Amino acid sequence: MSSILKLENLKVRFATHRGQLEAVRSVDLDIRAGTSIGIVGESGSGKTVMSRAAMGLLTGSNVTREGRITFDGKILSDMSRDEVRNEFGTGMAMIFQDPMTALNPVRRIGSQLQESLRVRLGMNRKEAKARSIELLTLVRIPEPARMLRKFPSQLSGGMRQRIMIAIAISCNPKLLFADEPTTALDVTVQAQILELLTDLRQKLNMTMVLVTHDLGVVAGNTDYVAVMYAGEIVEQAPTAELFANMKMPYTEALFKSIPNIQMKAGSRLPVIEGRLPDPTDRPPGCGFAARCSYAQDKCFSDHPELEAAKDGHLYRCWFPLGDSIQRKVS
Amino acid sequence: MSNHAHLRKDSDVILRVEDLVVEFKVPGNKVVNAVSQVSFDVKEGETLAVVGESGCGKTTLGKALLQIQKPKSGTVRFSDKELTALSRKDLREARTSIQMIFQDPISSLDPRMTVRQIVEEPLWIWSKGDENERAEKVKVLLNNVGLDPELVLDRKSYEFSGGQCQRISIARSLALEPKMLICDEPVSALDVSIQAQILNLLNDMKDRYGLTLIFISHDLSVVKAISTRIMVMYLGKVCEIGTTESIYSKPAHHYTAALISSVPVPDPTHKTDRTPITGEPPSPVDPPSGCRFRTRCPAATELCATDEPMLREVSDGQFVACHHPRA
Repeated sequence: MSSILKLENLKVRFATHRGQLEAVRSVDLDIRAGTSIGIVGESGSGKTVMSRAAMGLLTGSNVTREGRITFDGKILSDMSRDEVRNEFGTGMAMIFQDPMTALNPVRRIGSQLQESLRVRLGMNRKEAKARSIELLTLVRIPEPARMLRKFPSQLSGGMRQRIMIAIAISCNPKLLFADEPTTALDVTVQAQILELLTDLRQKLNMTMVLVTHDLGVVAGNTDYVAVMYAGEIVEQAPTAELFANMKMPYTEALFKSIPNIQMKAGSRLPVIEGRLPDPTDRPPGCGFAARCSYAQDKCFSDHPELEAAKDGHLYRCWFPLGDSIQRKVS
Repeated sequence: MSNHAHLRKDSDVILRVEDLVVEFKVPGNKVVNAVSQVSFDVKEGETLAVVGESGCGKTTLGKALLQIQKPKSGTVRFSDKELTALSRKDLREARTSIQMIFQDPISSLDPRMTVRQIVEEPLWIWSKGDENERAEKVKVLLNNVGLDPELVLDRKSYEFSGGQCQRISIARSLALEPKMLICDEPVSALDVSIQAQILNLLNDMKDRYGLTLIFISHDLSVVKAISTRIMVMYLGKVCEIGTTESIYSKPAHHYTAALISSVPVPDPTHKTDRTPITGEPPSPVDPPSGCRFRTRCPAATELCATDEPMLREVSDGQFVACHHPRA
């Protein structure tokens, strides 16, 4: 399998009044064509900033981006804004978290859906209309022809997210970013949308990047998982391997804190105490050390590098779980 | 025609709701039955979870209990007071013993007030204690919800994360030492790791202050950790009510089963035996005849279209409104 998106030493900094805020510290990621990868982490871990930077969406004057981004054989990080824009729609597309605000409230669904078809694919009105009905059928919206005349405010959250998906896949992108696509939705609708995304990915042969804070969401829907913490990837592995064999204490803590439907009723949930380190003033050692129940002196002073274990399993920890090294539990 | 089979006779019932109806007028001279003939009771010290999808009336129900949203008919009996019949003045006083926590922790706090003012406000309104006593009380409350008073007292809500704002909301709601707390989706806007912290905190506060909780949520995995009893709602009606164990181990309503199977399981080897539930709830302006869930139900028959199912006991303490309950 060839690489569709390759990030090498990607760094993103924002200039704030408190100084440079390093949202993405240094990320290396190679996404293979046709796979789906889950990016998991808490709020503030840098997962959204990383995916937006990878798409070339962060362009403000307060943003500094470093590193090399290779998309589909082209070096995206060297392109001008117009050249990057040419990749949107046909090359890559994004589904945003909040379907309530991502759609334009004063334009009808039809016009929002047909915009990219007409601009990017040069379709005429009639073709675009026919294609948009096809797309709405593909995302399983009942009565697609009637839907074109509606405004976003007339639709439920689940329906709006389906419209967002239809817009994103309208020009057959090779790579689809889904940034927390189900966080704003009910569990029943979440299950439907995740199933739809997995189905579309296979049908349209897309590569998918699923960004979420919920390990439960990535479990059934991805081939690979990368766990982010404090602007870095701290663990990365094929999904089955990661869940079977967690190396990084942070991943384990995140996993344990999920309210699990299989646990005993009324039982106390394990939590991750504390918060992410201040992004304007990162600690010298491991970013998770202050919250880690296994941390030792070395964790606070030395920054761990990504280590490789078998089966493509990468982790960033001095004392990985499952190792024979004696860990003192504090 | 009564739908009261599940109501309990015991004397330690703190809240008893009977045949509650809340209606909204919508354009076109139509009426939405947001809450339709809902009855339930809560015993002292219990945690009742109210579960259902968006639009099922669970939030409206919570507001109607406090009379923030006036019900059209029905009764809400709390301790020995009938809340629907109280005068404005008496109602204000009654509300000091039922408090509410809202879904969005950031917008439910006034951005111009400091944390000290936010938590002190209920005490100040009700003239509880003098200035020093109130200040002391605020510190104790903040400590109890896991915030360091020295660090937070003079800061404003926008300086805090969602989880911390929810802690401040909880401190505020506990200031008057209520008997009952209504939590409307208190964790759905938070990250998974923070959800666990807030759920544990609510459980601790329940023990410390001897609270009775009503916990409104759309996520069955979240309520499992906190509830003793669960009530499942669909389009303004109660589908099923029972103890937490019975609801999870043998859901009798097809809708409950679908909700349970929709929860993502954090295990890639888990096989989804997903109970098929497609589409979204129909419009509450024009609900289906008979059983309101029949349009999405895998077991629906003609009977479901003509007769509305009543709540009946399927096992000890578990009641379901379904003509064809799951075995």
